[in-house]
Amino acid sequence: MTDTPFWRRYARFFGPDPAADVKDELGFHLEAKTEDLIRQGLTPEAARKEAERQFGDLHAVQRIGQRIGQNRERRKRLSDYTQDLLHDARYTFRTLGRDPGFAAVSLLILALAIGANVAVFSVVNTILLRPLPFPHANELVWIAPPPSECGWSCATYSADAYEEFRTMSRAYQDVTGYEAFTTPENFRLTGHGEPVPATGMEVIGNFFQVLGVQPAMGRLFTAEEARGPVVPNSTGTPVVLLANAYWRRQFHSDPAIVGKPIELNGAPVTVVGVLPESFDYGAVFAPGARADLFVPLSLDTERMWGNIVTLIGRLKPGVSVAQALDDANRVTPDMYFNVKYPQSKGRYKGDLVPVPLKDYVTGKLRRSLIALWLAVGTILLIAGVNLSNLLLARSAARAKEFATRGALGASRGRIIRQLLMESLVLSSAGAVLGLGLAFAVIRWLAHQGSLALPLLNSLRIDGQVVGWTVLVAILTAMIFGLLPGLRMASGNLQELLKDSGAGAGLGRQHERIRAGLVISEIALACVLLVSAGLLLRSFSNVLEVNLGFEPDHASSMNVEYDESAPTDEARVLKRTAIFQDVLARVAAIPGVQAAGISDYLPLGPNRSWDTPIPKGKVFAPGELPEPLVYVVTPGFIRAMGMGLQGRDFTWADGPKSERVIIINASMARRFWPGEDPVNKILMRGDEQDRVVGVVDDVHEESVESTLGAQVYYPCTQQGPSRAQLVVRSSLPPAALGTSVLRALRELNPHQPASEFRPMRTIVDHAVSPRRFFMLLVAAFAGLGLLLATLGIYGVISYSVTRQRPEIGVRMALGATAGRVQRQVLGNTLRLALAGIGLGTLIAFVVARAIASLLFATSPWDFPSYLGMALALLLVAVVSGYIPARRASSINPMEALRNT
Amino acid sequence: MDPAKLEFLRGTLDVLILKSLVWGPLHGYAITNFIRRQSDDAFLVEEGTLYPALWRLESKRLLSSDWGLSENNRKAKFYRLTSEGRRRLRQEVKIWEAYAVAVAKVLATTRLPEPEEA
Repeated sequence: MTDTPFWRRYARFFGPDPAADVKDELGFHLEAKTEDLIRQGLTPEAARKEAERQFGDLHAVQRIGQRIGQNRERRKRLSDYTQDLLHDARYTFRTLGRDPGFAAVSLLILALAIGANVAVFSVVNTILLRPLPFPHANELVWIAPPPSECGWSCATYSADAYEEFRTMSRAYQDVTGYEAFTTPENFRLTGHGEPVPATGMEVIGNFFQVLGVQPAMGRLFTAEEARGPVVPNSTGTPVVLLANAYWRRQFHSDPAIVGKPIELNGAPVTVVGVLPESFDYGAVFAPGARADLFVPLSLDTERMWGNIVTLIGRLKPGVSVAQALDDANRVTPDMYFNVKYPQSKGRYKGDLVPVPLKDYVTGKLRRSLIALWLAVGTILLIAGVNLSNLLLARSAARAKEFATRGALGASRGRIIRQLLMESLVLSSAGAVLGLGLAFAVIRWLAHQGSLALPLLNSLRIDGQVVGWTVLVAILTAMIFGLLPGLRMASGNLQELLKDSGAGAGLGRQHERIRAGLVISEIALACVLLVSAGLLLRSFSNVLEVNLGFEPDHASSMNVEYDESAPTDEARVLKRTAIFQDVLARVAAIPGVQAAGISDYLPLGPNRSWDTPIPKGKVFAPGELPEPLVYVVTPGFIRAMGMGLQGRDFTWADGPKSERVIIINASMARRFWPGEDPVNKILMRGDEQDRVVGVVDDVHEESVESTLGAQVYYPCTQQGPSRAQLVVRSSLPPAALGTSVLRALRELNPHQPASEFRPMRTIVDHAVSPRRFFMLLVAAFAGLGLLLATLGIYGVISYSVTRQRPEIGVRMALGATAGRVQRQVLGNTLRLALAGIGLGTLIAFVVARAIASLLFATSPWDFPSYLGMALALLLVAVVSGYIPARRASSINPMEALRNT
Repeated sequence: MDPAKLEFLRGTLDVLILKSLVWGPLHGYAITNFIRRQSDDAFLVEEGTLYPALWRLESKRLLSSDWGLSENNRKAKFYRLTSEGRRRLRQEVKIWEAYAVAVAKVLATTRLPEPEEA
């Protein structure tokens, strides 16, 4: 064998070709054999024939050869590829290690963006996308009329109505409900030292069966028990089901709790089961509240109470919500409010509207969550643009490296692969960090029990979410990472080698791209800032809403009392005496300015009775609103800090004296427009109530809702359903709470250690979803602003570096430092203004889209836009100033010499 | 042909190919000539068997190949032993020798041996 001649080196110029190799090899064999045969004396033709004959099936051998060759080639390519990949990875880690600043900044950007995206998507997924945590949750519907002014009383139904609806409708597998007027800490757990308050829900017996909740231990209520707590079970005591969290907290996860008697309100009850951990009543039906235990609701004892239960139905498989609505409209005309009163037939006409339970639970949050989702997506975009910018700056700095590698034979694909590997390494590392961040945020959020968002307890990062979000994030990072790579690789090698210093075309081209990137980054940040500004303004408007009472310096506590007496009259007297005693003692505590009692407090559960009618006036049925009802003591209005016109109730307004009532301003305007309502008479059936005072409208349903009619009755004339003590004092609630509890215990040793809740907490709880969204969007806007700052700084700083010689020349020709600075700052501001202009246009569109999330704030709210523009201009000036300083301190001689 | 016999032949051919390359690279035709000449024309290697054997050995990395010019200046594919191939050859030769000795001993028997003592 002699050496391969030069032309042979190009024999496989277009890549390996195993088929041709085999052909050549066998061809040579045949020729060599033919020659030998000729030498032995055969004619060339005969020799050729003989050689072929001896060879046998040439094609079969060729095929075998091709197959083996191809396999070998494939293996070789694969091993080459992995070798290259490993090499790229090693190289990437080396180059990133050489530039730790760049690595740290891009990792941070990616981690924040990806972390925020995973966290927000988890929230969106939990609240909006995942079905409710019940089997076949799509069959569950909430049955209620559209929200109205009279609150819970209009969204609930009487016991008779429930039973009639259940038997007459055909759309449901079963219908259930719960008593909607339960307030927190309505039970006392007694029998073990100090009584401990507990929140118990009264549910219709089949509640858990309809929802499809299986007990973790024990059993659910039986059909007999379902008829009410007055019906004893086989051991002769009422029964109770414990919520899982309560069982763990209060009973230390006692595994033998089932069947044990416990004492509630001083009477023995039997624990029949413990509910599973996955069932959290509050998370679904009362966000931010909790339920400790469940007792069966007695429909019979509730029959005279009017509207009392909510309706929840489980549709038959295949029945749509629209069909269920048709069915309800068929049934309601024949339904009675109370079967004893024939005239109450048809009262619920049009009031039974089934909506998917999921919509009832999360519907109000849909827009907010989608807005949040978009905001966090914008952050991802900004982060991507920023990364692109950083990589572009870096690739410009590495232009010579790439050119050299290209000149040494690295293919374009190889260089792109190298860049791809870099962004992949960066984005995966960013994704890992971001996931860590998201886990921390989610863990924290899932334990925010006081946040009035539904389903937060089931908040978690599930694999699907992670996979999806991380995939999107990595793809984004890679696309943005590739942009500079493609530019780099498409560049002319020679020009690059020449141009590595400064000045020529590619550098300028880069700068244009970077300017475009920065402008879009500023525009996106602009949109976020405007949205955050609008939400912030809305939130502050919400906080400034005149609640109708003064939440600061007032706190409330649940008061236990025993008013049992043989006659109604005796009961009223006993209750009046107890309340008077309580208030006298509490008022005697030093620092207490006022104290009063009401059965319901604002921003919590509420109820209404029949509509009173102004005496001597005629109104069409349904024209007057059903007012929310509060039964209060004298002093309550002062303790709440409500404005009063006329007089408050006094203890002298007894059961024997004239019946009195206080109404709110809205009701006064509606019932006696343009007249003084004080001393007017309201008729409720045969009862006459004299209006003695008018109070400010109190926000009852929520801080943001419109105001309806409200009436206040004295507890000396009407029966309150419970007693919530309100104390006004400038003392800190914690200190005051102890003294108040001591005072209450002196009167009633059974008084449980109830929570002493500042009214401010109640208000905060009511506005917590808005605060949550506002804070998140503001955080994203801050992040966007930070990223935009980095972007501006990067591009200006780079252009200053690139223009060093030019600036040097200008300074040599007499430009002052101030002039150079002004010019750099001018460039910065031009970028910022372009971004702000573009961003404002987009923000107009976005603001219109989120208008429904705003409260008392116009989507064109000028201060929000102005604030955004000022903030962006400020960061532009700050981030342009540092490079400007650098530019003006260039030594002209040095800059020129280094050109 | 009997498959068992084919297997035996193929194994033999592999050793012979490895051996033929001990003194340096050869192309396929030279390998057939080498084997034919060294065996005094006893082995006539068929091309249909030789080339697949060569390619298989190459795939197993016992051989490596390179294009070069033959004695009469034609493009030809030359095979050479890899270090792995050399190692394999040494092993195979040992096995073959042991095998041959054993077969020879058996075949050299002239009379029935005495029964072994228990």
